[in-house]
Amino acid sequence: LLELDLSSEATVLPEVRDQVRDWAAGTGWSEHQIGEITLAVDEALSNVIRHGYHNQPNGKIHFECKMIDDAPSGRGLQVRIRDFCKNVDLSKICGRNLDDIRPGGLGVHLIKAMMEKVEYRYAPGGGVELTMQKSMNHVAQDASAADEDSGSDQQDGGA
Amino acid sequence: MKRSSESLQIEITRESSILLIKLLGEVDMRSSPELRNAITSEWEQPCPRLIIDLSSVSYVDSSGVGTLVEAKRHVERTDGRLILVNLQPRVRSVFEISHLVQFFTICQSVDEAREA
Repeated sequence: LLELDLSSEATVLPEVRDQVRDWAAGTGWSEHQIGEITLAVDEALSNVIRHGYHNQPNGKIHFECKMIDDAPSGRGLQVRIRDFCKNVDLSKICGRNLDDIRPGGLGVHLIKAMMEKVEYRYAPGGGVELTMQKSMNHVAQDASAADEDSGSDQQDGGA
Repeated sequence: MKRSSESLQIEITRESSILLIKLLGEVDMRSSPELRNAITSEWEQPCPRLIIDLSSVSYVDSSGVGTLVEAKRHVERTDGRLILVNLQPRVRSVFEISHLVQFFTICQSVDEAREA
């Protein structure tokens, strides 16, 4: 289990990426998959910092990552990211149309492409909890296909 | 000229008709503003071609991709061209998944970008 309590600052991201890479390397993921997992975690945390906490550094984020036996296609990992943001409307959490090329709105597409299952829900006591799962045999797919395949909820990307 | 944040180093070389920006490190939410500022600042003196060398970039996230999309629009407003060079496989995959490989002109080397 990799468990971290983070502040809502972009400065934490490089260290988190390093820790996720190290953890994933020690749990049997390929180099390619480690890159995918790291990117999904990074995008998810960036979204919380940017859209949830509006770049204010005093927010709290709880992160945990662990191996599970019941990922969508068997053994895999589960990442949970829990924030304490107020007034988040899950129905408005969505990425842009990929054909409408402009800065922004890519984060959720990347998350869904890198991960096999992505779910957002309101957390008890306030805030949002994101759960992402990826099986050991899963590799990233085209982002538009991922949008159709994974999870029911969407979050605005942070490009 | 060199500019740097903790995770990204930016080397800027100006030639007669080319602005060459070489990035070293990671382009993420933290370092993207520095890159955006560097490009905007340098482009106050526009030139026909902006080449961004990504050969030493090990990681890019959606913030970095978004910054490059914005840079391309910015450069094209003054009739310039932005060319990306030498994307490492992991970086290229982010562009592919984001459907941006066709949007950008991508070359294998700086020399190729000079001629493109």
